Amino acid sequence: MNQSAQTTRLAVDPGEIVVTGVSKSYGAVGRHKDVVRDCSFTIERGKLTVMIGPSGCGKSTLIRLLAGFERPTEGTVRLDGQPVTGPDRDRLVVFQETALFPWMTTYDNIMYGPRARGEVTRETLDLAEFLLNKVGLQEFRNKYPLQLSGGMQRRAELARAMINNPRVMVLDEPFRGLDAMTKELMWEYYSRLFEESGRTNFFVTTDIDEAVFLADRLLIMSNIPTQVRAVVEVDVPRPRRLTEIIESDRANEIKREALSILHAEAMRSFARGSKAATDFVEAYLKRANRA
Amino acid sequence: MAKKLGKMVASSLFWRGVASIIVFLVLWEIGSRSKEWMAPEMFAPLKSLLGALGFKKDYLPWIGTVPAPSGVLKAWVEVIGSAGYWQSAYMSFFRVMSGFFAAMLVGIPFGLALAVSRTANGIFFPTFEVLRPIPPLAWVPASIIFWPTQELSITFVTFLGAFYTIVINVLGGARSIDVRYFQAAQSMGSSSWDIFRRIILPGTLPSIVVGSAVGMGITWEVVVAAEMISGGGSQAAGTGGGLGFFIWNSYVGGSYEQIVVGMISIGVAGYFSSELLRWLGKYVTPWLRVR
Repeated sequence: MNQSAQTTRLAVDPGEIVVTGVSKSYGAVGRHKDVVRDCSFTIERGKLTVMIGPSGCGKSTLIRLLAGFERPTEGTVRLDGQPVTGPDRDRLVVFQETALFPWMTTYDNIMYGPRARGEVTRETLDLAEFLLNKVGLQEFRNKYPLQLSGGMQRRAELARAMINNPRVMVLDEPFRGLDAMTKELMWEYYSRLFEESGRTNFFVTTDIDEAVFLADRLLIMSNIPTQVRAVVEVDVPRPRRLTEIIESDRANEIKREALSILHAEAMRSFARGSKAATDFVEAYLKRANRA
Repeated sequence: MAKKLGKMVASSLFWRGVASIIVFLVLWEIGSRSKEWMAPEMFAPLKSLLGALGFKKDYLPWIGTVPAPSGVLKAWVEVIGSAGYWQSAYMSFFRVMSGFFAAMLVGIPFGLALAVSRTANGIFFPTFEVLRPIPPLAWVPASIIFWPTQELSITFVTFLGAFYTIVINVLGGARSIDVRYFQAAQSMGSSSWDIFRRIILPGTLPSIVVGSAVGMGITWEVVVAAEMISGGGSQAAGTGGGLGFFIWNSYVGGSYEQIVVGMISIGVAGYFSSELLRWLGKYVTPWLRVR
Protein backbone atom coordinates (compact mmCIF):
# COMPACT_ATOMS: atom_id res chain seq x y z
CA MET A 1 0.00 0.00 0.00
CA ASN A 2 1.03 3.58 0.36
CA GLN A 3 3.39 5.26 2.77
CA SER A 4 0.93 6.29 5.46
CA ALA A 5 -0.36 2.75 5.85
CA GLN A 6 3.19 1.54 6.31
CA THR A 7 4.01 3.97 9.07
CA THR A 8 0.73 3.37 10.91
CA ARG A 9 1.23 -0.32 10.95
CA LEU A 10 4.80 -0.19 12.08
CA ALA A 11 3.99 2.01 15.06
CA VAL A 12 3.43 -1.03 17.23
CA ASP A 13 3.68 -0.39 20.94
CA PRO A 14 4.29 -3.80 22.50
CA GLY A 15 3.06 -4.24 26.05
CA GLU A 16 4.01 -6.54 28.88
CA ILE A 17 1.48 -8.41 31.00
CA VAL A 18 2.38 -9.55 34.51
CA VAL A 19 0.07 -12.02 36.21
CA THR A 20 0.66 -12.22 39.95
CA GLY A 21 -0.87 -14.78 42.29
CA VAL A 22 -4.11 -15.01 40.34
CA SER A 23 -6.84 -17.34 41.49
CA LYS A 24 -10.27 -17.79 39.98
CA SER A 25 -13.02 -19.87 41.45
CA TYR A 26 -16.61 -20.39 40.40
CA GLY A 27 -19.68 -21.34 42.38
CA ALA A 28 -21.18 -20.39 45.72
CA VAL A 29 -19.09 -19.80 48.82
CA GLY A 30 -18.13 -23.08 50.44
CA ARG A 31 -18.99 -25.07 47.32
CA HIS A 32 -16.74 -23.19 44.92
CA LYS A 33 -14.20 -24.80 42.68
CA ASP A 34 -10.80 -23.35 41.91
CA VAL A 35 -10.10 -23.35 38.21
CA VAL A 36 -6.98 -21.23 38.50
CA ARG A 37 -5.01 -21.21 41.75
CA ASP A 38 -2.13 -18.91 42.64
CA CYS A 39 -0.98 -18.57 39.07
CA SER A 40 1.90 -16.23 38.21
CA PHE A 41 3.68 -15.60 34.93
CA THR A 42 4.88 -12.84 32.66
CA ILE A 43 4.04 -12.27 29.01
CA GLU A 44 7.23 -10.58 27.94
CA ARG A 45 7.32 -7.49 25.78
CA GLY A 46 7.58 -8.08 22.06
CA LYS A 47 7.76 -11.86 22.44
CA LEU A 48 5.51 -14.67 21.35
CA THR A 49 4.60 -16.53 24.50
CA VAL A 50 2.81 -19.81 23.98
CA MET A 51 0.86 -21.47 26.76
CA ILE A 52 0.34 -25.19 26.40
CA GLY A 53 -1.56 -27.58 28.59
CA PRO A 54 -4.15 -30.32 28.41
CA SER A 55 -7.59 -29.32 27.25
CA GLY A 56 -9.92 -28.33 30.04
CA CYS A 57 -7.08 -27.15 32.26
CA GLY A 58 -8.40 -23.62 32.64
CA LYS A 59 -6.52 -21.86 29.87
CA SER A 60 -9.68 -20.27 28.55
CA THR A 61 -10.42 -18.93 32.02
CA LEU A 62 -6.98 -17.33 32.11
CA ILE A 63 -7.69 -15.71 28.76
CA ARG A 64 -10.95 -14.24 30.02
CA LEU A 65 -9.02 -12.80 32.97
CA LEU A 66 -6.32 -11.33 30.71
CA ALA A 67 -8.92 -9.85 28.39
CA GLY A 68 -10.83 -8.42 31.33
CA PHE A 69 -14.12 -10.22 30.59
CA GLU A 70 -13.87 -11.59 34.13
CA ARG A 71 -12.07 -10.50 37.28
CA PRO A 72 -9.76 -12.75 39.27
CA THR A 73 -10.96 -13.88 42.69
CA GLU A 74 -7.49 -13.09 44.01
CA GLY A 75 -4.29 -11.61 42.62
CA THR A 76 -3.71 -9.08 39.87
CA VAL A 77 -3.27 -8.87 36.12
CA ARG A 78 -1.25 -5.84 35.04
CA LEU A 79 -0.52 -4.46 31.60
CA ASP A 80 2.59 -2.27 31.70
CA GLY A 81 1.98 -1.75 35.40
CA GLN A 82 -1.67 -0.76 35.04
CA PRO A 83 -4.19 -3.19 36.58
CA VAL A 84 -6.61 -4.71 34.08
CA THR A 85 -10.16 -3.71 34.97
CA GLY A 86 -12.16 -4.60 31.90
CA PRO A 87 -12.06 -5.35 28.18
CA ASP A 88 -10.04 -2.88 26.14
CA ARG A 89 -8.61 -2.60 22.65
CA ASP A 90 -5.08 -2.83 24.08
CA ARG A 91 -5.63 -6.57 24.77
CA LEU A 92 -7.53 -8.12 21.88
CA VAL A 93 -8.61 -11.73 21.82
CA VAL A 94 -8.72 -13.90 18.71
CA PHE A 95 -11.17 -16.60 19.66
CA GLN A 96 -11.35 -20.35 19.20
CA GLU A 97 -13.02 -21.39 15.97
CA THR A 98 -14.12 -18.01 14.66
CA ALA A 99 -15.96 -15.09 16.20
CA LEU A 100 -16.30 -12.95 13.09
CA PHE A 101 -19.70 -11.27 13.00
CA PRO A 102 -21.63 -13.40 10.50
CA TRP A 103 -23.82 -10.49 9.37
CA MET A 104 -20.88 -8.33 8.30
CA THR A 105 -18.67 -8.64 5.27
CA THR A 106 -14.94 -9.18 5.66
CA TYR A 107 -14.33 -5.48 5.24
CA ASP A 108 -17.02 -4.46 7.73
CA ASN A 109 -15.64 -6.96 10.22
CA ILE A 110 -12.15 -5.51 9.90
CA MET A 111 -13.45 -1.95 10.16
CA TYR A 112 -15.58 -2.80 13.21
CA GLY A 113 -13.14 -1.49 15.81
CA PRO A 114 -12.31 1.84 14.16
CA ARG A 115 -15.99 2.50 13.45
CA ALA A 116 -17.01 1.60 17.00
CA ARG A 117 -14.54 4.12 18.37
CA GLY A 118 -15.36 6.76 15.75
CA GLU A 119 -11.88 6.53 14.26
CA VAL A 120 -12.74 6.31 10.59
CA THR A 121 -9.81 8.37 9.38
CA ARG A 122 -7.68 8.31 6.25
CA GLU A 123 -5.15 6.43 8.34
CA THR A 124 -7.43 3.59 9.45
CA LEU A 125 -8.96 3.29 5.98
CA ASP A 126 -5.46 2.87 4.53
CA LEU A 127 -4.61 0.42 7.25
CA ALA A 128 -7.72 -1.62 6.44
CA GLU A 129 -6.62 -1.85 2.80
CA PHE A 130 -3.11 -2.73 3.88
CA LEU A 131 -4.35 -5.51 6.16
CA LEU A 132 -6.77 -6.84 3.54
CA ASN A 133 -3.82 -7.28 1.21
CA LYS A 134 -1.65 -8.58 4.01
CA VAL A 135 -4.06 -11.39 4.86
CA GLY A 136 -4.79 -11.99 1.17
CA LEU A 137 -8.48 -11.21 1.37
CA GLN A 138 -8.67 -8.17 -0.93
CA GLU A 139 -10.83 -10.15 -3.38
CA PHE A 140 -13.04 -11.38 -0.55
CA ARG A 141 -13.63 -8.02 1.08
CA ASN A 142 -17.35 -8.06 0.29
CA LYS A 143 -17.95 -11.68 1.21
CA TYR A 144 -19.66 -12.80 4.38
CA PRO A 145 -17.80 -15.08 6.83
CA LEU A 146 -19.91 -18.06 5.76
CA GLN A 147 -18.53 -17.66 2.25
CA LEU A 148 -14.92 -17.87 3.44
CA SER A 149 -12.91 -21.02 4.03
CA GLY A 150 -11.71 -21.86 7.53
CA GLY A 151 -8.23 -20.46 6.87
CA MET A 152 -9.62 -17.24 5.37
CA GLN A 153 -11.85 -16.76 8.40
CA ARG A 154 -8.87 -17.01 10.76
CA ARG A 155 -6.90 -14.53 8.65
CA ALA A 156 -9.82 -12.12 8.58
CA GLU A 157 -10.03 -12.40 12.32
CA LEU A 158 -6.31 -11.67 12.70
CA ALA A 159 -6.81 -8.57 10.57
CA ARG A 160 -9.86 -7.50 12.59
CA ALA A 161 -7.74 -7.61 15.74
CA MET A 162 -4.58 -6.04 14.25
CA ILE A 163 -6.30 -2.94 12.88
CA ASN A 164 -6.94 -1.88 16.48
CA ASN A 165 -3.19 -1.98 17.10
CA PRO A 166 -3.38 -3.74 20.46
CA ARG A 167 -0.41 -3.75 22.78
CA VAL A 168 -0.94 -7.46 23.35
CA MET A 169 -2.70 -9.92 21.08
CA VAL A 170 -4.25 -12.86 22.88
CA LEU A 171 -5.00 -15.91 20.74
CA ASP A 172 -7.14 -18.73 22.14
CA GLU A 173 -6.45 -21.85 20.07
CA PRO A 174 -7.10 -19.82 16.94
CA PHE A 175 -6.28 -22.59 14.47
CA ARG A 176 -8.31 -25.30 16.13
CA GLY A 177 -10.68 -27.02 13.76
CA LEU A 178 -8.57 -26.41 10.67
CA ASP A 179 -7.31 -29.37 8.67
CA ALA A 180 -3.64 -30.29 9.17
CA MET A 181 -2.44 -28.74 5.91
CA THR A 182 -4.20 -25.40 6.40
CA LYS A 183 -3.09 -25.35 10.00
CA GLU A 184 0.59 -25.64 9.11
CA LEU A 185 0.23 -22.94 6.48
CA MET A 186 -1.38 -20.74 9.10
CA TRP A 187 1.57 -21.31 11.47
CA GLU A 188 4.06 -20.02 8.92
CA TYR A 189 1.76 -17.22 7.96
CA TYR A 190 1.05 -16.16 11.51
CA SER A 191 4.68 -16.34 12.64
CA ARG A 192 5.67 -14.13 9.71
CA LEU A 193 3.06 -11.59 10.80
CA PHE A 194 4.49 -11.72 14.30
CA GLU A 195 8.07 -11.34 13.12
CA GLU A 196 7.16 -8.31 11.04
CA SER A 197 5.20 -6.51 13.74
CA GLY A 198 7.22 -7.26 16.88
CA ARG A 199 4.02 -7.08 18.85
CA THR A 200 3.58 -8.93 22.14
CA ASN A 201 1.59 -12.10 21.42
CA PHE A 202 0.09 -14.60 23.82
CA PHE A 203 -0.93 -17.81 22.14
CA VAL A 204 -2.79 -20.65 23.82
CA THR A 205 -2.80 -24.14 22.38
CA THR A 206 -2.98 -27.86 23.12
CA ASP A 207 -0.79 -28.76 20.15
CA ILE A 208 2.90 -29.33 20.95
CA ASP A 209 4.07 -28.98 17.33
CA GLU A 210 2.25 -25.69 17.02
CA ALA A 211 3.70 -24.54 20.36
CA VAL A 212 7.33 -25.31 19.52
CA PHE A 213 7.09 -23.87 16.02
CA LEU A 214 5.64 -20.56 17.15
CA ALA A 215 7.03 -19.87 20.61
CA ASP A 216 9.77 -17.65 21.92
CA ARG A 217 8.79 -18.80 25.37
CA LEU A 218 6.76 -21.83 26.23
CA LEU A 219 4.63 -21.90 29.39
CA ILE A 220 3.67 -25.45 30.30
CA MET A 221 0.59 -25.63 32.45
CA SER A 222 -0.52 -28.12 35.05
CA ASN A 223 -4.05 -29.41 35.12
CA ILE A 224 -6.89 -27.88 37.16
CA PRO A 225 -6.19 -25.78 39.13
CA THR A 226 -4.12 -24.06 36.48
CA GLN A 227 -0.55 -23.20 37.38
CA VAL A 228 2.59 -22.73 35.37
CA ARG A 229 4.56 -25.96 35.68
CA ALA A 230 7.61 -24.98 33.64
CA VAL A 231 8.93 -22.25 31.37
CA VAL A 232 10.97 -23.29 28.34
CA GLU A 233 12.88 -20.75 26.23
CA VAL A 234 12.61 -21.77 22.59
CA ASP A 235 15.94 -20.48 21.30
CA VAL A 236 15.40 -21.44 17.69
CA PRO A 237 16.30 -18.61 15.31
CA ARG A 238 13.66 -16.67 13.37
CA PRO A 239 12.34 -16.52 10.74
CA ARG A 240 11.30 -20.14 11.03
CA ARG A 241 10.22 -22.40 8.21
CA LEU A 242 8.26 -25.55 8.79
CA THR A 243 10.74 -27.71 6.86
CA GLU A 244 13.64 -26.36 8.90
CA ILE A 245 11.91 -26.83 12.21
CA ILE A 246 11.18 -30.47 11.51
CA GLU A 247 14.89 -31.06 10.95
CA SER A 248 16.13 -28.77 13.71
CA ASP A 249 17.78 -30.75 16.52
CA ARG A 250 17.24 -27.92 18.94
CA ALA A 251 13.52 -27.78 18.20
CA ASN A 252 13.17 -31.54 18.65
CA GLU A 253 15.11 -31.41 21.88
CA ILE A 254 12.77 -28.72 23.21
CA LYS A 255 9.78 -30.71 22.07
CA ARG A 256 11.00 -33.80 23.93
CA GLU A 257 11.67 -31.76 27.02
CA ALA A 258 8.23 -30.20 26.89
CA LEU A 259 6.57 -33.55 26.26
CA SER A 260 8.24 -35.16 29.24
CA ILE A 261 6.98 -32.40 31.51
CA LEU A 262 3.53 -32.62 29.96
CA HIS A 263 3.59 -36.37 30.33
CA ALA A 264 4.40 -36.20 34.03
CA GLU A 265 1.62 -33.66 34.37
CA ALA A 266 -0.84 -35.81 32.50
CA MET A 267 -0.01 -38.86 34.58
CA ARG A 268 -0.55 -36.88 37.75
CA SER A 269 -4.02 -35.78 36.74
CA PHE A 270 -4.69 -39.17 35.22
CA ALA A 271 -4.15 -40.64 38.67
CA ARG A 272 -6.79 -38.20 39.93
CA GLY A 273 -9.20 -39.58 37.36
CA SER A 274 -9.88 -36.54 35.24
CA LYS A 275 -11.56 -37.05 31.87
CA ALA A 276 -9.47 -34.34 30.25
CA ALA A 277 -6.34 -36.09 31.46
CA THR A 278 -7.36 -39.38 29.87
CA ASP A 279 -7.79 -37.66 26.55
CA PHE A 280 -4.49 -35.96 27.03
CA VAL A 281 -2.55 -39.13 27.79
CA GLU A 282 -3.91 -40.65 24.59
CA ALA A 283 -2.96 -37.58 22.61
CA TYR A 284 0.45 -37.54 24.26
CA LEU A 285 1.18 -41.14 23.35
CA LYS A 286 0.40 -40.39 19.71
CA ARG A 287 2.78 -37.43 19.78
CA ALA A 288 5.51 -39.34 21.58
CA ASN A 289 5.46 -42.05 18.96
CA ARG A 290 5.80 -39.46 16.21
CA ALA A 291 8.64 -37.61 17.98
CA MET B 1 -36.51 -14.31 -12.79
CA ALA B 2 -37.65 -15.83 -16.09
CA LYS B 3 -34.64 -18.11 -15.96
CA LYS B 4 -35.57 -19.19 -12.46
CA LEU B 5 -39.13 -19.87 -13.58
CA GLY B 6 -37.89 -21.88 -16.55
CA LYS B 7 -35.66 -23.93 -14.30
CA MET B 8 -38.57 -24.57 -11.97
CA VAL B 9 -40.85 -25.71 -14.81
CA ALA B 10 -38.13 -28.03 -16.07
CA SER B 11 -37.63 -29.75 -12.71
CA SER B 12 -39.29 -33.07 -12.01
CA LEU B 13 -40.17 -31.85 -8.54
CA PHE B 14 -42.40 -29.19 -10.05
CA TRP B 15 -44.28 -31.68 -12.21
CA ARG B 16 -44.63 -34.08 -9.34
CA GLY B 17 -46.29 -31.26 -7.39
CA VAL B 18 -48.63 -30.46 -10.28
CA ALA B 19 -49.50 -34.14 -10.68
CA SER B 20 -50.24 -34.46 -6.98
CA ILE B 21 -52.66 -31.54 -7.10
CA ILE B 22 -54.40 -32.92 -10.20
CA VAL B 23 -54.77 -36.39 -8.68
CA PHE B 24 -56.20 -34.84 -5.55
CA LEU B 25 -58.74 -32.81 -7.55
CA VAL B 26 -59.78 -35.80 -9.64
CA LEU B 27 -60.32 -38.00 -6.58
CA TRP B 28 -62.27 -35.24 -4.95
CA GLU B 29 -64.43 -34.80 -8.07
CA ILE B 30 -65.13 -38.54 -8.25
CA GLY B 31 -65.90 -38.69 -4.56
CA SER B 32 -68.27 -35.76 -4.71
CA ARG B 33 -70.12 -37.21 -7.69
CA SER B 34 -70.36 -40.66 -6.17
CA LYS B 35 -74.01 -40.07 -5.35
CA GLU B 36 -74.80 -39.74 -9.06
CA TRP B 37 -73.40 -43.08 -10.13
CA MET B 38 -73.57 -45.16 -6.99
CA ALA B 39 -76.81 -46.67 -5.82
CA PRO B 40 -77.32 -46.57 -2.06
CA GLU B 41 -77.80 -50.36 -2.14
CA MET B 42 -74.14 -50.74 -3.00
CA PHE B 43 -73.34 -49.67 0.50
CA ALA B 44 -75.81 -51.94 2.20
CA PRO B 45 -73.28 -54.71 2.99
CA LEU B 46 -70.75 -52.21 4.33
CA LYS B 47 -73.42 -50.51 6.38
CA SER B 48 -74.71 -53.73 7.90
CA LEU B 49 -71.15 -54.77 8.69
CA LEU B 50 -70.50 -51.49 10.44
CA GLY B 51 -73.84 -51.79 12.17
CA ALA B 52 -72.85 -55.23 13.46
CA LEU B 53 -69.64 -53.72 14.78
CA GLY B 54 -71.71 -51.30 16.81
CA PHE B 55 -71.52 -48.22 14.59
CA LYS B 56 -74.71 -46.31 14.18
CA LYS B 57 -75.99 -45.85 10.67
CA ASP B 58 -75.11 -42.46 9.15
CA TYR B 59 -72.31 -42.06 11.60
CA LEU B 60 -69.63 -41.80 8.94
CA PRO B 61 -68.56 -38.77 6.96
CA TRP B 62 -69.67 -38.96 3.38
CA ILE B 63 -67.67 -37.26 0.68
CA GLY B 64 -70.75 -37.22 -1.58
CA THR B 65 -72.09 -34.35 0.50
CA VAL B 66 -69.05 -32.17 -0.23
CA PRO B 67 -69.27 -29.88 -3.26
CA ALA B 68 -67.20 -31.05 -6.23
CA PRO B 69 -64.24 -29.02 -7.48
CA SER B 70 -66.06 -28.32 -10.74
CA GLY B 71 -68.96 -26.86 -8.76
CA VAL B 72 -66.55 -24.85 -6.66
CA LEU B 73 -64.90 -23.49 -9.77
CA LYS B 74 -68.29 -22.50 -11.16
CA ALA B 75 -69.18 -20.77 -7.90
CA TRP B 76 -65.86 -19.01 -7.94
CA VAL B 77 -66.40 -17.72 -11.44
CA GLU B 78 -69.77 -16.43 -10.27
CA VAL B 79 -68.46 -14.62 -7.19
CA ILE B 80 -65.22 -13.39 -8.68
CA GLY B 81 -67.03 -10.55 -10.34
CA SER B 82 -69.00 -9.61 -7.26
CA ALA B 83 -67.88 -6.73 -5.10
CA GLY B 84 -68.87 -8.61 -1.95
CA TYR B 85 -66.26 -11.33 -2.46
CA TRP B 86 -63.44 -8.89 -3.06
CA GLN B 87 -64.62 -6.74 -0.23
CA SER B 88 -64.50 -9.79 2.06
CA ALA B 89 -61.02 -10.74 0.92
CA TYR B 90 -59.87 -7.17 1.29
CA MET B 91 -61.33 -6.86 4.79
CA SER B 92 -59.61 -10.04 5.99
CA PHE B 93 -56.35 -9.05 4.36
CA PHE B 94 -56.54 -5.59 5.88
CA ARG B 95 -57.21 -7.01 9.34
CA VAL B 96 -54.38 -9.52 9.04
CA MET B 97 -51.96 -6.83 7.95
CA SER B 98 -52.92 -4.29 10.60
CA GLY B 99 -52.87 -6.93 13.33
CA PHE B 100 -49.60 -8.33 12.08
CA PHE B 101 -47.80 -5.01 11.71
CA ALA B 102 -49.06 -3.86 15.09
CA ALA B 103 -47.65 -7.10 16.52
CA MET B 104 -44.28 -6.44 14.84
CA LEU B 105 -44.27 -2.82 15.97
CA VAL B 106 -44.96 -3.72 19.60
CA GLY B 107 -43.51 -7.23 19.71
CA ILE B 108 -39.99 -6.61 18.38
CA PRO B 109 -39.07 -3.76 20.76
CA PHE B 110 -40.81 -5.58 23.62
CA GLY B 111 -38.92 -8.82 22.95
CA LEU B 112 -35.63 -6.93 22.67
CA ALA B 113 -36.34 -5.09 25.92
CA LEU B 114 -37.04 -8.40 27.68
CA ALA B 115 -33.74 -9.74 26.31
CA VAL B 116 -31.43 -6.83 27.14
CA SER B 117 -32.91 -5.41 30.33
CA ARG B 118 -33.09 -7.47 33.47
CA THR B 119 -35.46 -4.89 34.95
CA ALA B 120 -37.87 -5.04 32.02
CA ASN B 121 -37.71 -8.80 32.14
CA GLY B 122 -38.47 -8.87 35.85
CA ILE B 123 -41.43 -6.54 35.48
CA PHE B 124 -43.10 -7.83 32.33
CA PHE B 125 -42.10 -11.43 31.75
CA PRO B 126 -44.22 -13.09 34.47
CA THR B 127 -47.40 -11.33 33.27
CA PHE B 128 -46.51 -12.12 29.68
CA GLU B 129 -46.05 -15.79 30.50
CA VAL B 130 -49.43 -15.98 32.25
CA LEU B 131 -51.25 -14.30 29.35
CA ARG B 132 -49.41 -16.24 26.64
CA PRO B 133 -51.18 -19.60 27.01
CA ILE B 134 -54.62 -17.96 26.57
CA PRO B 135 -55.67 -18.71 23.00
CA PRO B 136 -56.37 -15.53 21.01
CA LEU B 137 -59.91 -16.73 20.31
CA ALA B 138 -60.65 -16.81 24.03
CA TRP B 139 -60.10 -13.06 23.89
CA VAL B 140 -62.91 -12.49 21.38
CA PRO B 141 -65.79 -11.83 23.80
CA ALA B 142 -63.66 -9.73 26.14
CA SER B 143 -62.24 -7.65 23.31
CA ILE B 144 -65.69 -7.04 21.81
CA ILE B 145 -66.67 -5.56 25.16
CA PHE B 146 -63.41 -3.68 25.58
CA TRP B 147 -62.84 -2.12 22.17
CA PRO B 148 -65.24 0.56 21.00
CA THR B 149 -65.72 -0.93 17.52
CA GLN B 150 -66.10 -4.44 16.21
CA GLU B 151 -63.32 -3.72 13.74
CA LEU B 152 -60.83 -2.86 16.46
CA SER B 153 -61.74 -5.94 18.47
CA ILE B 154 -61.08 -8.25 15.51
CA THR B 155 -57.80 -6.51 14.75
CA PHE B 156 -56.81 -6.82 18.38
CA VAL B 157 -57.40 -10.57 18.43
CA THR B 158 -55.42 -10.88 15.21
CA PHE B 159 -52.65 -8.85 16.81
CA LEU B 160 -52.51 -11.24 19.76
CA GLY B 161 -52.13 -14.19 17.40
CA ALA B 162 -48.85 -12.88 16.05
CA PHE B 163 -47.66 -10.95 19.09
CA TYR B 164 -46.72 -13.83 21.40
CA THR B 165 -44.90 -15.75 18.70
CA ILE B 166 -42.91 -12.71 17.64
CA VAL B 167 -41.94 -11.78 21.20
CA ILE B 168 -40.86 -15.32 22.09
CA ASN B 169 -38.77 -15.59 18.92
CA VAL B 170 -37.12 -12.20 19.39
CA LEU B 171 -36.34 -12.99 23.01
CA GLY B 172 -34.94 -16.42 22.20
CA GLY B 173 -32.98 -15.09 19.24
CA ALA B 174 -31.38 -12.26 21.17
CA ARG B 175 -30.50 -14.58 24.04
CA SER B 176 -28.80 -17.12 21.81
CA ILE B 177 -26.31 -14.67 20.31
CA ASP B 178 -22.78 -16.01 20.87
CA VAL B 179 -21.32 -14.35 23.96
CA ARG B 180 -17.96 -14.00 22.16
CA TYR B 181 -19.52 -11.48 19.78
CA PHE B 182 -20.25 -9.23 22.76
CA GLN B 183 -16.78 -9.79 24.18
CA ALA B 184 -15.10 -9.02 20.87
CA ALA B 185 -17.21 -5.90 20.38
CA GLN B 186 -16.51 -4.72 23.92
CA SER B 187 -12.78 -5.25 23.51
CA MET B 188 -12.77 -3.20 20.34
CA GLY B 189 -14.32 -0.29 22.19
CA SER B 190 -18.04 -0.53 21.38
CA SER B 191 -20.53 1.50 23.38
CA SER B 192 -23.71 -0.18 24.62
CA TRP B 193 -25.71 1.51 21.87
CA ASP B 194 -23.21 0.34 19.28
CA ILE B 195 -23.46 -3.23 20.58
CA PHE B 196 -27.24 -3.03 20.46
CA ARG B 197 -27.29 -1.63 16.94
CA ARG B 198 -24.53 -3.68 15.34
CA ILE B 199 -24.58 -6.95 17.30
CA ILE B 200 -27.94 -7.55 18.99
CA LEU B 201 -30.17 -6.22 16.21
CA PRO B 202 -28.59 -8.11 13.28
CA GLY B 203 -28.02 -11.13 15.52
CA THR B 204 -31.74 -11.28 16.27
CA LEU B 205 -32.90 -10.59 12.72
CA PRO B 206 -33.07 -14.25 11.61
CA SER B 207 -35.29 -15.02 14.59
CA ILE B 208 -37.45 -12.00 13.82
CA VAL B 209 -37.95 -13.36 10.31
CA VAL B 210 -38.87 -16.83 11.59
CA GLY B 211 -41.19 -15.38 14.24
CA SER B 212 -42.91 -13.20 11.67
CA ALA B 213 -43.48 -16.06 9.24
CA VAL B 214 -45.01 -18.21 11.96
CA GLY B 215 -46.95 -15.23 13.30
CA MET B 216 -48.34 -14.48 9.85
CA GLY B 217 -49.74 -18.00 9.60
CA ILE B 218 -51.42 -17.63 12.97
CA THR B 219 -53.01 -14.27 12.08
CA TRP B 220 -54.82 -15.87 9.13
CA GLU B 221 -56.11 -18.65 11.36
CA VAL B 222 -57.23 -16.18 13.98
CA VAL B 223 -58.82 -13.54 11.76
CA VAL B 224 -61.15 -16.01 10.09
CA ALA B 225 -62.34 -17.50 13.36
CA ALA B 226 -62.75 -14.05 14.91
CA GLU B 227 -64.85 -12.92 11.94
CA MET B 228 -67.08 -15.97 12.27
CA ILE B 229 -67.62 -15.48 15.97
CA SER B 230 -68.11 -11.75 15.97
CA GLY B 231 -70.34 -11.60 12.90
CA GLY B 232 -67.69 -10.08 10.73
CA GLY B 233 -67.88 -6.42 11.47
CA SER B 234 -70.34 -3.64 11.55
CA GLN B 235 -71.42 -3.78 7.93
CA ALA B 236 -74.36 -5.62 6.46
CA ALA B 237 -74.11 -9.36 6.02
CA GLY B 238 -72.30 -10.56 2.92
CA THR B 239 -70.69 -7.26 2.12
CA GLY B 240 -67.36 -6.65 3.77
CA GLY B 241 -67.55 -9.06 6.67
CA GLY B 242 -64.26 -10.67 5.76
CA LEU B 243 -63.59 -14.16 4.43
CA GLY B 244 -64.51 -15.78 7.73
CA PHE B 245 -67.91 -14.22 7.59
CA PHE B 246 -68.17 -15.00 3.88
CA ILE B 247 -67.75 -18.70 4.69
CA TRP B 248 -70.18 -18.57 7.57
CA ASN B 249 -72.72 -16.68 5.56
CA SER B 250 -72.44 -19.18 2.70
CA TYR B 251 -73.08 -21.96 5.17
CA VAL B 252 -76.12 -20.24 6.59
CA GLY B 253 -77.36 -19.43 3.10
CA GLY B 254 -76.86 -23.03 1.97
CA SER B 255 -74.43 -22.32 -0.88
CA TYR B 256 -71.92 -24.99 -0.05
CA GLU B 257 -69.75 -24.36 -3.08
CA GLN B 258 -69.08 -20.88 -1.77
CA ILE B 259 -67.84 -22.30 1.53
CA VAL B 260 -65.06 -24.04 -0.34
CA VAL B 261 -64.40 -20.94 -2.44
CA GLY B 262 -63.87 -19.01 0.80
CA MET B 263 -61.62 -21.72 2.21
CA ILE B 264 -59.39 -21.86 -0.83
CA SER B 265 -59.24 -18.07 -0.99
CA ILE B 266 -57.82 -18.07 2.53
CA GLY B 267 -55.29 -20.72 1.57
CA VAL B 268 -54.12 -18.70 -1.41
CA ALA B 269 -53.98 -15.43 0.52
CA GLY B 270 -52.09 -17.08 3.37
CA TYR B 271 -49.61 -18.61 0.96
CA PHE B 272 -48.86 -15.31 -0.72
CA SER B 273 -48.46 -13.41 2.52
CA SER B 274 -46.03 -16.03 3.84
CA GLU B 275 -44.16 -16.02 0.56
CA LEU B 276 -43.89 -12.24 0.70
CA LEU B 277 -42.46 -12.49 4.20
CA ARG B 278 -39.97 -15.16 3.19
CA TRP B 279 -38.81 -12.95 0.37
CA LEU B 280 -38.50 -9.95 2.67
CA GLY B 281 -36.71 -12.13 5.20
CA LYS B 282 -34.10 -13.18 2.67
CA TYR B 283 -33.67 -9.59 1.64
CA VAL B 284 -32.91 -8.37 5.17
CA THR B 285 -30.57 -11.26 6.06
CA PRO B 286 -28.23 -11.39 3.05
CA TRP B 287 -25.52 -13.19 5.02
CA LEU B 288 -27.70 -16.29 5.32
CA ARG B 289 -28.44 -16.76 1.65
CA VAL B 290 -24.79 -17.13 0.67
CA ARG B 291 -23.36 -20.33 -0.79
